[in-house]
Amino acid sequence: MRQALLDVRRLSVRIPVEAGTLHAVRDASLAIGRGETLCVVGESGCGKSLTSLAIMGLLPPGAVRSAELLSFDGEDLLRAPRSRMRALRGNRMAMIFQEPMTSLNPAWTIGEQLAEPFLHHGKGDRRQARDRAVELLERVGITAAASRLVQYPHELSGGLRQRVMIAMALMCGPELLLADEPTTALDVTIQAEILRLLARLQREMGLALLLVTHDLGVVAAVATRVAVMYAGEVVEEGPAEAVFGAPRHPYTQGLLRCIPIPGETPRGQPLGTIPGSVPSLVGGFESCAFRDRCPHARAACAEPVAERMDAAGHRWRCILEPSG
Amino acid sequence: MTAPLLQIRDVVRRFGVRRGVFAPRRTLTAVAGVSLDLPRGEVLGLVGESGCGKSTLARIVLGLDKPTEGEVLIDGRPVASLHRLERSRLVQPVFQDPYSSLNPRRSVEAIIGQPLLVHGEGTPAERRDRVAEMLGLVGLGPRHAAAYPSQLSGGQRQRVAIARALILRPALVVCDEPTSALDVSVQAQILNLLMELRARLGLSYLFISHNLAVVQLVASRVAVMYLGRVVEEGDPETVLRTPAHPYTRALLASVLQPRPGRGLPDPQLAGSFPNPLEPPSGCAFHPRCPLAVPRCAAERPGLDPATGEHRAACHFAALAET
Repeated sequence: MRQALLDVRRLSVRIPVEAGTLHAVRDASLAIGRGETLCVVGESGCGKSLTSLAIMGLLPPGAVRSAELLSFDGEDLLRAPRSRMRALRGNRMAMIFQEPMTSLNPAWTIGEQLAEPFLHHGKGDRRQARDRAVELLERVGITAAASRLVQYPHELSGGLRQRVMIAMALMCGPELLLADEPTTALDVTIQAEILRLLARLQREMGLALLLVTHDLGVVAAVATRVAVMYAGEVVEEGPAEAVFGAPRHPYTQGLLRCIPIPGETPRGQPLGTIPGSVPSLVGGFESCAFRDRCPHARAACAEPVAERMDAAGHRWRCILEPSG
Repeated sequence: MTAPLLQIRDVVRRFGVRRGVFAPRRTLTAVAGVSLDLPRGEVLGLVGESGCGKSTLARIVLGLDKPTEGEVLIDGRPVASLHRLERSRLVQPVFQDPYSSLNPRRSVEAIIGQPLLVHGEGTPAERRDRVAEMLGLVGLGPRHAAAYPSQLSGGQRQRVAIARALILRPALVVCDEPTSALDVSVQAQILNLLMELRARLGLSYLFISHNLAVVQLVASRVAVMYLGRVVEEGDPETVLRTPAHPYTRALLASVLQPRPGRGLPDPQLAGSFPNPLEPPSGCAFHPRCPLAVPRCAAERPGLDPATGEHRAACHFAALAET
């Protein structure tokens, strides 16, 4: 059994709404080791972002988190007081968000924002913070790093801002980095550069990287392991080659058929689709949440679905026998 | 031979911009001389990254903006001088964000029927029938007629936007990133719907996207834009199999495919997107280009035919072809 830096078992997030309780995340189990990249992939509303926020203890007010286990480097985060979470966040575990323009403070210079977590966590004095900031800006590929410190976020392009966000997350030398759609707002050529940067930093620093995305192309390019979420559940999880090469869950299979591939997908012919739409998560489920849209659905799918796992550590929630 | 449905003739669009009250007024050239044709019944895919001018060009084709120089003809008629009622029968838009392009206070029926009302077409009963027919055509049911946009999913809203665009039966539809805000499974549904409607109603699309994979799937011609100019144009098979412009090659290399084990692409681009207020001399792409030589900074390459219908604006285009 590999030693996981982050171990999440049966995580649930419930949000009270007018019509009852929204079961936004249901029994999600994930684990990441040092040096691994786990990609959590799924469509809007599948619970992928809430899962990462729940791990960081940053859920919106009202949302209720519960889990069997939530441990970071052997420490129980479920029972950690707020002061302990504050000491960990931005320090040993850091987060990067999708839209750098809204997560950077427009009234602060880049230098002030980079220094803040460093000073807050008592890593050193202002001079050391400045040196570290310059070093990291250079490391994330920003030229004339020292002169950037006095600039404001609006003076930078989107790609540069995302690099600043990454540098800021790395200021305290985190062991775990959570990135929520870090390249979604960027152009494709910039996206490739930012992903290469993340992969390089991860290798150099031995980071455990949890990357949340809707883009299976991004997943295929960077993931060691993949967790596919649907309607709040992890419906499939395993090594990247296994999940892409022999997807076990009909949702994963359908998702892969929806994506056009240049030079391969025949032109002028319809793409594969997943009929119907995502069910309401208010009230929760006993059955398989995908059965209304599944081409293989049968009566037994109305029963609770147990998780299955093969010898290679590929897990999935479906009663179908794997074919081939 | 009949004239193309859409003719974009040497279109230039400049904006005067001013950064700060006392700063001097400067000129930003968003579109720097674009000529493109779209034959009737075909789909012209326009690809490029943020700031390349593709959306400005779309607005000019829609008549929402006027070109500084050049003109756009639809069905042989100059768009800029048409009355908006006439124009709206020729060309209609489908925008990226179905959350902001639909009025949240109006029902689906009112939204889709609005163009008929504006044009004074039919009696209320006839209009209701037309709306019901359009709803069926875009894969929605009569039960959606009374719904409001907030009650619909993103995919359903985009279907409403498509129905509204098509109810006047325009010849040309400008689709500006129509699936970029949608989830992949919904994107596939909407792309399939657009293709089906094109075949069924004999429509032509100007299809704008940053996603090369999507464009190659739907387009019968593709044009790649960089900093206000078309740098490569041709049929999608040729452009994607043998891209002649280094920028097209970089874009193509950046497409991440859902296949593990390929690692991350290296588009081999130096620097970042140039400041459009100070466009580079010569070929606008030269500061980032892996092939650049001094000539590229001095002399702007024209959009020359590489092989027949395949054109690329690069001094090395002919080399790449062989």
